[in-house]
Amino acid sequence: MSARRLAKVQPESFAFSPEAEEKARWWMAKFPPGRQQSAVIPLLWLVEKQEGWVPEPALRRVAEMLSMPVIRVLEVATFYTMFHLEPVGSVAHVQVCGTTPCMLRGANDLKGMLAQRIGPKDQLGPGGRLSWEEVECMGACSNAPMVCIKDAYYEDLDVASLSALLDAFENGTTPPAGSALGRRGSAPEGGDATLTDPTLFDGSRAKAIKTLPNAVEPAAG
Amino acid sequence: MSALLEDKDRIFTNLHGAHDWRLEGAKARGVWNGTTEMLRQTPEWVCDQIKASGLRGRGGAGFATGVKWTFMPKQESERPHYLVVNADESEPGTCKDREIMRNDPHRLIEGCLLASYAIRAHDCIIYIRGEYVLERERLEAALAEAEAAKLIGKSNIHGWDCHIRVTHGAGAYICGDEMALLESLEGKKGQPRLKPPFPAGAGVYGCPTTVNNVESIAVTPEILRRGAEWFASFGRPKNSGVKLMSACGHVNRPAVVEEAMSIPMRQLIETHFGGVRGGWGNLKAIIPGGSSVRMLPAEQCDEAIMDFDDLAARKSGLGTAAMIVMDKSTDIVAAVARLSYFYKHESCGQCTPCREGTGWMWRIMERMVTGEAEPKEIDLLLDVASQVEGHTICGLGDAAAWPIQGLFMHFRPEIEERIARYRSRKGAFAGARLAAE
Repeated sequence: MSARRLAKVQPESFAFSPEAEEKARWWMAKFPPGRQQSAVIPLLWLVEKQEGWVPEPALRRVAEMLSMPVIRVLEVATFYTMFHLEPVGSVAHVQVCGTTPCMLRGANDLKGMLAQRIGPKDQLGPGGRLSWEEVECMGACSNAPMVCIKDAYYEDLDVASLSALLDAFENGTTPPAGSALGRRGSAPEGGDATLTDPTLFDGSRAKAIKTLPNAVEPAAG
Repeated sequence: MSALLEDKDRIFTNLHGAHDWRLEGAKARGVWNGTTEMLRQTPEWVCDQIKASGLRGRGGAGFATGVKWTFMPKQESERPHYLVVNADESEPGTCKDREIMRNDPHRLIEGCLLASYAIRAHDCIIYIRGEYVLERERLEAALAEAEAAKLIGKSNIHGWDCHIRVTHGAGAYICGDEMALLESLEGKKGQPRLKPPFPAGAGVYGCPTTVNNVESIAVTPEILRRGAEWFASFGRPKNSGVKLMSACGHVNRPAVVEEAMSIPMRQLIETHFGGVRGGWGNLKAIIPGGSSVRMLPAEQCDEAIMDFDDLAARKSGLGTAAMIVMDKSTDIVAAVARLSYFYKHESCGQCTPCREGTGWMWRIMERMVTGEAEPKEIDLLLDVASQVEGHTICGLGDAAAWPIQGLFMHFRPEIEERIARYRSRKGAFAGARLAAE
């Protein structure tokens, strides 16, 4: 388990922006009547996107919208590690995956570099512009090592390419997500040896099927 | 050497995103072809076909998918049926469902419709992990396309109303357990529920529910389209089919590929992943199924084949067929210690053996890495592992114990030597101090 507490310094109040409020209603409408509590994670995520972190007054607002006790929202906010309970870097918050698959391919070097450039993990760097944390497996293991910044996955990194990435964010640009080696998705480096048969893609697969294999006739139901 | 899977038999033809993921592109690749005919058959027919194909759940446990569907009530009552698709892919090493969702979302959506029909559900919820933001947006976009084309939703052209929606989690590995996922879906902490009642009796909102992995659902339409015999013709009996497999760690070209089940591990690595870094002789060990199985040392990797039964016989497991490959340069103790930290971090805290045990195991493992542990702590650690294993509500306790057990099963002398080396250094140091006094 990871022990997570709310930040000591909290803002006075919280309100959803009109767009976020609309999005929140859209989420709530996804679930059957009386089951709006199901939308608690998406709503907290909207808070995180709007504020950059999840402040305490927002928990009250979410509880109010979903007609659930505040303590239940607090439970959810402290249980799920994607919610930041403290402010994070204003320019970029780097989530570096440190789990074994990434570690085997050099995540420790990335962590060392981030510590040197930004400072200790889970703390705001100089001027509050950058921060970083180590996260558990992000599910991009065939493109390890990777970091996630502003919801985008940057993959196949090394110290130099991560450094360049941070430079770009500090200069106010958002580099395109994906592999630093130019791999397409999780295809092997240097290109695919599979999926080269042109008949897969020329539309011949879309020809109507005359008889479905094993179909029972006359069709029932 | 077994025959490699040919392109014509691949299901995920846009696995690496080289082609259009949108509806038109997917249709050209054969998605949504013949769906109406399939839905003209009975739900029992769909279940029977999937049973005959031998499809075993692709989320790691390997339970027969068609059999699972038959657990659902045969008649709809006032409680609606639900299909829940488990897209909370967070197993270390595993990154296959992500490729389906971002590059072939329509295959998954078509599968959702068919599986919903098989279990007589009109509601389907896809629960995707929170970090997959772009994948979620793509899935939402594909759902909107399918809805606009009247392929799904109310009074669609297929004649089976099916309301499919996407929701997400927020970074909890435990929510990949089906019972924790249901809790999370209801807006609570993801602490697994006790079974029974099983989801087919009382799942999400207390309604009959089936929870399936993304890949299991996404291969369903193609099985029906080409026939159960086609799918069953790959792999050994009871391990049939094609499967997404991946490698990470010390291979030359890590990737995700689709292959026939029961392919030899060595052939898989050398054909698709460019071989082990430094050659096959440089291999130390492989964890074959994500992280939650026992590892195989190099000598066993020569003969191991990628299916459920062979790897289970080697006291490991196929899991998600995501291999973590480690070469001889690896500090294997540190690699497993990092996994122990992962399980400690992801334990939900509900069951005492897991909440406390994962922390103990991690701390002892960290001392094993440096060698400062006591020699007797090895047995203590294995004792803790065996007491966590099987004594928790969900499988996370087992999953935390297995990598450690695998490490000591195959590499115990190495760790003993490490401890001895540390102690001899320390002894010399203490002796020197004694002499100085």
